[in-house]
Amino acid sequence: MSVTELQFQAASVSDAPAVAVQGRSQWQLTWRRLRSDKVAVGSIIVIILMILFAICAPLIAHATGHPVDTAYPDTGEDASGLPVGPGVHGFFLGTDQIGRDLLVRIAYGARISLFVGLLTTALATIAGVTLGLVAGYFGGIVDAILARFFDAALAFPFIILALALASVFHPNLAIVIGVISFFSWAGISRIVRGQTLSLKEKEYIEAAKSLGAGSGRIMFLEILPNLLGPVLVLATLYIPTAVTFEATLSFLGIGIPEPAPSWGNILAEAQNFYNTSWWYVVFPALFLLVTTLAFNLLGDGIRDAIDPRTERLFAGSKNGRRKRGKGKGTGGLNLDQAIMVGEERDLTVDNPMPAGEG
Amino acid sequence: MNMVRFLIRRIITGILVLWLVATGTFFLFFTAVPVGVVARNLAGRAATPGVLAQVTRYYGLDRPVLAQYLTFLHKLIKGNFGQSFLTQQTVTTIIHQDLPVTASVVVGGVLLWLIAGLAVGILSATRARSLFDRVATVGVLAGVSAPTFVVGELLIIFVFVQLNQHGISFIQTGYAPLSQGVGPWLGTMILPWITLAIVQAAVYTRLSRGSLLDTLGEDYIRTARSKGLTERRVLYRHAVRSAMTPVVSQLGIDVGALLGGVLVVEQVFGLHGLGYQVVASIPAGDQPVVIGLVILAAAFVVAANIIVDASYALLDPRVRIS
Repeated sequence: MSVTELQFQAASVSDAPAVAVQGRSQWQLTWRRLRSDKVAVGSIIVIILMILFAICAPLIAHATGHPVDTAYPDTGEDASGLPVGPGVHGFFLGTDQIGRDLLVRIAYGARISLFVGLLTTALATIAGVTLGLVAGYFGGIVDAILARFFDAALAFPFIILALALASVFHPNLAIVIGVISFFSWAGISRIVRGQTLSLKEKEYIEAAKSLGAGSGRIMFLEILPNLLGPVLVLATLYIPTAVTFEATLSFLGIGIPEPAPSWGNILAEAQNFYNTSWWYVVFPALFLLVTTLAFNLLGDGIRDAIDPRTERLFAGSKNGRRKRGKGKGTGGLNLDQAIMVGEERDLTVDNPMPAGEG
Repeated sequence: MNMVRFLIRRIITGILVLWLVATGTFFLFFTAVPVGVVARNLAGRAATPGVLAQVTRYYGLDRPVLAQYLTFLHKLIKGNFGQSFLTQQTVTTIIHQDLPVTASVVVGGVLLWLIAGLAVGILSATRARSLFDRVATVGVLAGVSAPTFVVGELLIIFVFVQLNQHGISFIQTGYAPLSQGVGPWLGTMILPWITLAIVQAAVYTRLSRGSLLDTLGEDYIRTARSKGLTERRVLYRHAVRSAMTPVVSQLGIDVGALLGGVLVVEQVFGLHGLGYQVVASIPAGDQPVVIGLVILAAAFVVAANIIVDASYALLDPRVRIS
């Protein structure tokens, strides 16, 4: 290329209309992609409505005039003492076995479900990220010891532990939160550890070290910001898992004890009435399903927005995205497989027991 | 030769893991539940202090924990799991009664979910981004989101109750052993199988689809195609075979875990299997049963893991067993 050509090019560039080219941060790009994803936006709306529903539970109780724990044997039960159906005597979703308003119980149940889901995810994420960073960054003996803890936590049959705890102490909210958090952090830890292992070899970490940055600063200010994307995706996907755990524990009678309503214990009671009162099962089940599905769809959408290259589970509106090449080992995180299989199975390491659920 | 050495090493570590599990459960249940509570459970609420003391002595609950542990371990090595505090049945008898129920649920469920999951997964992968693929992925997400007991309860309401109200009584809840004939057995098993399949097939669809898409991008698939092999042969002989490794490993984990007790499904459908037994035994303080069943569950998981790892070499010729 001759000098004159370059000059010509330079001239034409400066002639171009001065459009302000703004740099967009990674998060701005992610947000823009997420906003154009109808499924993700729909999930966000559903989740916000569900949170409002939970927050407004006392208002709903006030509006219907049916406090959460008050039974209405006269209006809320039919002649043979069975629950009344939706719409009868001002019970919009019908009543339960002792004539309490099902709508109000489900609303209060939403508080417990969402509270447990969000709090346990927050606890598990904080613990998982911290331990994963420490294990990956320091390596060596620290890593080896922590890795055994990850394995043990992933291997323990969690329902058995929950049952054991519930048989010693009375089942309560604190135990539920403790058990679920305890069995959730290890999965996050393992993935954060793996990412930290590769990130800590990057040049900018070396640069930070040579500037005299301490370990804490490097871990939390240099490495962590680069992991926020995958951690956000994992956390969003853990919320529905935690909601399901809570519901399952309560269903088995080792979660939230009556009379406090939780979707799980409502469904456990409803089991005895499937012959006569379909609404008693169907409505709480629907709320539970809609909530977990919305969080799963949102998590999937966020993953797609953060890294459009990775495989997207919900292959919604966008056509013509690249066919997936080799998933493993391209820069993109293969979260799907990481979450599902836990890790590449190593033939020389025994991986004894997964948490038994079924 | 390599294989034999591999198996021997894995069996030894497997036994070590089982010992750890046995020890862990023993101390968890014997130290977590106070002796007084156990004795009261055994003797009944109205028992006098004298009876309580007698019961405590009879079951050796007054001995030091370490001595109890050694006795327990000694019996365990001889294959004696002890006997239930509550029913006096030996734990082995209980396992004999309950294992067929759990095994029925698991075996049928596995077949159903594998067939459904793999068929949908393979079709989705070969028609990536088609309408079928998209519908399947939505279904998968719904399946992944659904808690097991919700699926079970909805099936009971919409299938079991509806059919029975219309005079079709083939499908029943509870358990009918095979000795009563295949029909009744099938009638009690179909809904539990479908429940397991709905929840689990999703996972397998997702895994097999992802894994097959990965494999189809490999160089040796291009080689196979350029040799002029038919697409069918390329797909089933070359791609699917090695794409099955993650599926097999997940299958091993699931089957191993479920054989120890399909807790939720057994609870929903009133099936008296191993999971049902555990859920009933723990609050009752029946430690020998709980410990026995937990060790059994762990043994299934350990065995499944060994089989899975050994089968890798058979499925994917590139894997070397070390």
